[in-house]
Amino acid sequence: MKGIEAFEALAPLLKNEPTVLANGFISRAFFNVTDRKENFYMIGSMGLASSIGLGVALAQPERKTLILDGDGNVLMSMGTLAMIATCAPKNLIHIVIDNEVYESTGSQRTLSHEIKLEEVAKSSGYKQVMRVTRPEEIQPAYEKLYQAEGPVFLLIKVEPAFDASQGRVTHTPEEIRDRFMESITG
Amino acid sequence: MLSSKIFVDKLRGNGFDFFTGVPCSLLSGLIAELEADQGIGYIPSVREDAGVGLCAGAYMGGKQPVLLMQNSGFGYSLNAFTSLNLIYNIPVLVIMSWRGCGGNDAPEHIIMGDINEPLLKTSGMEYSVLDENNADQVLTTALKKINDEKVPYTLLVKKGLFDERH
Ligand SMILES: Cc1ncc(C[n+]2csc(CCOP(=O)(O)OP(=O)(O)O)c2C)c(N)n1
Ligand SMILES: [Mg+2]
Repeated sequence: MKGIEAFEALAPLLKNEPTVLANGFISRAFFNVTDRKENFYMIGSMGLASSIGLGVALAQPERKTLILDGDGNVLMSMGTLAMIATCAPKNLIHIVIDNEVYESTGSQRTLSHEIKLEEVAKSSGYKQVMRVTRPEEIQPAYEKLYQAEGPVFLLIKVEPAFDASQGRVTHTPEEIRDRFMESITG
Repeated sequence: MLSSKIFVDKLRGNGFDFFTGVPCSLLSGLIAELEADQGIGYIPSVREDAGVGLCAGAYMGGKQPVLLMQNSGFGYSLNAFTSLNLIYNIPVLVIMSWRGCGGNDAPEHIIMGDINEPLLKTSGMEYSVLDENNADQVLTTALKKINDEKVPYTLLVKKGLFDERH
């Protein structure tokens, strides 16, 4: 499956959940699939989608909160998995688009061809973890994890095949923040 | 000496309600006070940049966050400040211990101690040096920056300011 197919399967499942997206192609491709005010497109601060998402989830315990992360991003901040597990927000769903490369910078390999990130999450203490490899598995896995008590982790294995000709996020960082905050508080 | 308890009460009194950080012995009294408080608590961050991310998310979720760190952690979190907080305008109150201040500390702190202020300035991070007598005044300034300009504001803490508990 391609990353874009994963996003196309995920997008219709989302309601009004605040969603923090990793930098690079992940923000960019998801923006082109579905631009929602609940999307926090992280354009810099590689590795921090997970901690930002944790902060949102803790501040808004009644709102389901999503993190749409990348394998390179997760590997950069693996300690944050331990923070998420110990803070244990019931409302947090951590989704990782694992293409085994830093695709945004030219598809140099990461380490996730050997390291199973969902097992790292599991042993860190996430309540439930799942790995899917086919687009039709995404909806049932997401729905199962959505019902479960968080933090939960969904690893989606994809081929590196983002479309580099697609446009970048057109909103300014401040617009992204304002829309995102408004969708949460107001 | 500034009492950790009194300062934590001032932070709470000014609406700060979310606390995280990576410890420094100079801040040990503050962290002990925060951890003793059942109501608000303190979240241990694994790295200072993760703390920056955590506070950014908490802020956008409606909290008023405080991040405690040693100045060594400023190095780790510089990219987070410059490519997250300072471009999205996401404020946070940073309480940063100034190790190596005046060149009088362990070798690993000397360089950062020397460049701490210039590095804050050059990266556009506004700050004050906290002392025994200016707590109310610097918190007023910090809140103005945080609420009006939506930028991070740093309070530098020298050795011996707070009661240390280790
Ligand atoms: C601190 C830092 N180092 C390097 C980069 C360059 N960079 C931008 S995106 C990216 C790859 C992210 O990898 P991953 O999370 O796997 O997402 P993918 O690109 O594969 O979709 C890199 C290395 C950066 N933005 N910040
Ligand atoms: Mg990747």
